[in-house]
Amino acid sequence: MEKVKSVDEFLSLHDRLTAERNIDLLTLIIPAGTCGQASGANDLIRMTKRELLNKKLTEKIRLRITGCHGFCEMEPSILIEPWGVYYPKVDPKKIVDMVGAVAKGEVLKDLLFKDPTTGNPIERQTDIPFFKKQVRTLLSRNEKVDPIRIYNYIENNGYLAMAKTLSSGHPRRVIEEVKASGLRGRGGAGFPTGLKWERLADQTNGKGKFIVCNADEGDPGAYMDRSLLEGNPHSIIEGMIIGAYGTGATKGIIYVRNEYPLAIKHLLIALRQANQLGLLGENILGTGFSLDIKMVRGAGAFVCGEETALIKSIEGRMGEPRQRPPFPVEKGIHGQPTLINNVETWANIPIIMGFGAQEFAKVGTKESAGTKIFSLVGRIKNTGLVEVPMGISIEEIVNKIGGGPIHQTKIKAVQTGGPSGGCIPAEMFRLPVDYESLTRAGSIMGSGGMIVMDEHTCMVDLAKYFTKFLKEESCGKCFICRKGTQRMYEILDDISAGRGTLEHLSLLEELGPIVKYASLCGLGQTSPNPVLSTLRYFREEYIEHIEKKRCPAGVCKDLITYTINENCTGCGLCLKSCSAEAIRGEKKEQHVIDPKRCIKCGACQSVCKFNAVETR
Amino acid sequence: MITLYINGLPVSVEPGTTLLEAAQFMGFPIPTLCHKDGLSPYGACRLCLVEIGEGPKAKLVSSCIYPVEEGLQVRTASSRVIEARRMILELLLASCPQSKTIQDLASAYGIQRQRFKQEYENCILCGLCVRMCEEQMMAKAIGFRNRGEKRSIGTPFDIQSEDCRRCGACLYICPACELRCTYTEPERAICGGCANLRPPCLEKEGFDDMMCYMAPCVACEIKKD
Repeated sequence: MEKVKSVDEFLSLHDRLTAERNIDLLTLIIPAGTCGQASGANDLIRMTKRELLNKKLTEKIRLRITGCHGFCEMEPSILIEPWGVYYPKVDPKKIVDMVGAVAKGEVLKDLLFKDPTTGNPIERQTDIPFFKKQVRTLLSRNEKVDPIRIYNYIENNGYLAMAKTLSSGHPRRVIEEVKASGLRGRGGAGFPTGLKWERLADQTNGKGKFIVCNADEGDPGAYMDRSLLEGNPHSIIEGMIIGAYGTGATKGIIYVRNEYPLAIKHLLIALRQANQLGLLGENILGTGFSLDIKMVRGAGAFVCGEETALIKSIEGRMGEPRQRPPFPVEKGIHGQPTLINNVETWANIPIIMGFGAQEFAKVGTKESAGTKIFSLVGRIKNTGLVEVPMGISIEEIVNKIGGGPIHQTKIKAVQTGGPSGGCIPAEMFRLPVDYESLTRAGSIMGSGGMIVMDEHTCMVDLAKYFTKFLKEESCGKCFICRKGTQRMYEILDDISAGRGTLEHLSLLEELGPIVKYASLCGLGQTSPNPVLSTLRYFREEYIEHIEKKRCPAGVCKDLITYTINENCTGCGLCLKSCSAEAIRGEKKEQHVIDPKRCIKCGACQSVCKFNAVETR
Repeated sequence: MITLYINGLPVSVEPGTTLLEAAQFMGFPIPTLCHKDGLSPYGACRLCLVEIGEGPKAKLVSSCIYPVEEGLQVRTASSRVIEARRMILELLLASCPQSKTIQDLASAYGIQRQRFKQEYENCILCGLCVRMCEEQMMAKAIGFRNRGEKRSIGTPFDIQSEDCRRCGACLYICPACELRCTYTEPERAICGGCANLRPPCLEKEGFDDMMCYMAPCVACEIKKD
């Protein structure tokens, strides 16, 4: 790879690459992010490569391995360009047929995605309800780009916004543009990005300034940052170069958690390629501007996503938050001004600079511009990453894009913002998704986790789960957060075990707000949210646990008993599955569970084919 | 000079002063556990909370680490502050009831009972000993380990540290186990922790040359005998 020495040289490289590109060439796209690989994308890739080589089709059909496209429920999948045909849940055995059909220009109707309501096959990806309702500004780029090939990114207009910006010679214009776009921090708090940048640009410090990309994504059930890093690392690097140019920073750091090996691999490759091509390092594209980006691996503490703790972790010390002010923009890494933005925020920058702030601000609401990626998981049909314009209602995300509940149940609530967020009950699903509305409802936007719950989810158990996570992940520095989360967990554990009293509820309501107001950092300040929001919207469930010693969702082990009803055919499956030998019964006769021996593991219920095992 | 208002009274202080220092300068009492003059402020115990700002933007911050700001309105004993302090003391009492300091503070705030499960922990993780060891004794022999509920203070790998001179400064400054040195009077003894400690002075003759903060100390009592 030869170094590009000037902006003109870069533009001619871009022109050459786009001219060489044949858009009409048939391309099989296999998403192989961590999620794709887990569901078997590697087998698909291997089979497809072998088939293409065997049939000598490599000139006619290309293969592109990309990051995650978002529809994780249907992976491993194959997308065929330029037709836009989408095959979900591809069986590696069908690859031979599929490649043959593609070579002939045919579509295999029976392998296509079936409309869940009508059952008719849907040919094109864009017509599938899951994709149709989304505005995929960021995620659609994942389809176009092979993350380990920088030329692939450049031919899709990558680094073009950066080249334009660097050649303009007006760093302040970058800040004006970002301010005009109305972009707000995607990490959760929603601080206006342009304003933060302006503050960094105003800092005068002889030793240099830092910009940091915060990729320490730790919420259970959230992975949008991972998919962006895996699928399109160059867009984040490009965003950081533009940001550094606008704010006058000379050192960049990407803080990734070590649990994302694929993201780290792709990022390191991307950094190396960008350095080789002269897009990073000394004198970028001959403009005299220099930026060095390094990667730092986090050791997996949730609290290191908090910016002051993140700074300490980068400095090599224990990840503990400190009091703000002084804000990191004034005093950050090694006392130098530091700007920290989330992965998604950085990924939005090339789009703002490329298409203009006006275009960007058209999407979303007045206060919250642009799109936001949510990781939609839980008890719905279509789990995956969804990118929607801000201000869309929860109803639309859950029912239209998510496809509604699995089985015949009713959706009860949605937990937004991960463990620090709160739940929003189904009655409030008309609520628009933006920073202010969610905060008013007692939840937060957070980095974008969205966990859907139905009647089989116990809200006490949910609050207990998140509080357990938080009591383990609190750094432990400030007393009220450490002990407060521990005590809240203790009380919730008592309630879910049938030892709760009504005084416990008032104690939770007394303790919660104090943990919220008296804690030092964002983790502690949001830690009572799961408890307080479930108490606010699902108080009757708590009371049922306390007064009737009953768990309506059938989750809390100490309050339920398993019984076998008359649906039992006496097949004996449950008997074999029971590790506690608690089930007795003759063949072809109704079986019985001995409640004294039963350890309530639920194995019998999961193996029963006749819905004969009930929880009460 | 920066002028701010503490409980409505104007006060002018040097830039870089903390709210706690400004309030103490004015004579307003603010309880603290993890703060000691001469050690860097840490903000862990949250007892020194004060309320700053007006109306809906009012918030609680720990005064020992919050720098003064021009025109800032500070309330050191608003109902919100007292409420939070009482809850923190109740939690402290539930975890570490043996400490005389905590008992006294709780009684000053009129706390009659605590509603959580009683625990008997010796350490409230205020970090005074860690800072004492690092900043005043220049030893860095002890530090924090782990996070969340597993957090504790100790030497690396729990083996005797070569950096430790056994000066006892950590014991001296601890607000939770300060009564250790009453070991010689068993009826007042609380934890008996020092019974397991072998102070270096026991083996050495030149006792007067050593830095010792523990007075009276069990070693001295033994030597006397």
